[in-house]
Amino acid sequence: MSPTALYVAQRGTAAILLPLVLGHVALILYAVGDGLSAGEILARTRGSTFWGLYYGLFVVAAAVHAAIGVRSVLGDWTRLSRTALDRVALGFGLLLLLLGSRALVGIL
Amino acid sequence: MPTSNDATPTELDVRIWRGGEDGAYAHYRVPFRESQTVLDVVTFVQRHLDSTLSYRFACRVGMCGSCAMTVNGAPRWTCRTHVSKVAEDGVITIGPLRNLPVIKDLACDMTEFFEKWQRAKGRFSPTRSRREPFERISPETPKRKAVDAGIECINCGVCYSACEVVSLRRDYLGPAALNRAWTLVNDTRDAEHDARIAAVSGDAGCHNCHSHQSCVDHCPKQLSPTASIAGLKRASVGAAWRRLTGR
Repeated sequence: MSPTALYVAQRGTAAILLPLVLGHVALILYAVGDGLSAGEILARTRGSTFWGLYYGLFVVAAAVHAAIGVRSVLGDWTRLSRTALDRVALGFGLLLLLLGSRALVGIL
Repeated sequence: MPTSNDATPTELDVRIWRGGEDGAYAHYRVPFRESQTVLDVVTFVQRHLDSTLSYRFACRVGMCGSCAMTVNGAPRWTCRTHVSKVAEDGVITIGPLRNLPVIKDLACDMTEFFEKWQRAKGRFSPTRSRREPFERISPETPKRKAVDAGIECINCGVCYSACEVVSLRRDYLGPAALNRAWTLVNDTRDAEHDARIAAVSGDAGCHNCHSHQSCVDHCPKQLSPTASIAGLKRASVGAAWRRLTGR
């Protein structure tokens, strides 16, 4: 991907993540504050299209955003070639996608 | 050899970088004078204490941008930097600019700095010949105002020396070249807008800027290369969108 495409993807996913993170934090505070058990939380999320889409989008945006950020850090601090940076970023993004999807399957 | 402990209010303890990349700081004692600039101090050392000291200057009034050095850890234009503002307990440490190869003492090799200026297409490319009338541009237009905000750069290299990204990525074009490119992107008379955007949005271009704003902090002309680079980032997205949609 070109640097401009990476820039758009990272800024775009940042814009998506901002409300999702705030919503996620609010949700955690609500759940903990009300003393919901794990079972009660799962009862609300399982089979829910809304929470599936919410956290599905969260996982995809986080995987793209973090991978580009790591690519940028490695580009600054190492002498990796552009191809190597792309491969590391892709690998890291896929790993996050896999871990996030696993968590998503767990609550749906 | 005098040290800072020996310094009196009438004398400065001056430490100046001598040699090339593997040089070291040498100590000199220089009389303190009222309204004395750092360039005055360096000139005193060269004329009265050690004539082999190498440094670069020309106008002495903040116009030519040739006398920039690292003063007490920060890049500064030395001809407009008063000793009274930077001396710490009568001590001044003067070194060559960071991020540039040292030729000797305080003189840096500015080649890469100006080559990057060229790589960023920092040259005006006219759309009209000398036989055609001048294009009239209102000073009130947003593009002309954007040009005004960045046009006073004197190529001193202070921003380049202050930039952390240049330290990390030697191929990064740097704040000065990108600021220059932004002024030309906003110049409605220029013929190379698309080529310039392509030149500054590549692997070593504007998207590497982390907006730390060290260039803004240190620019002696109070310019904001960070804002110019942010403008280039937006312009590169616009150019990519036009390519994608064929508009």
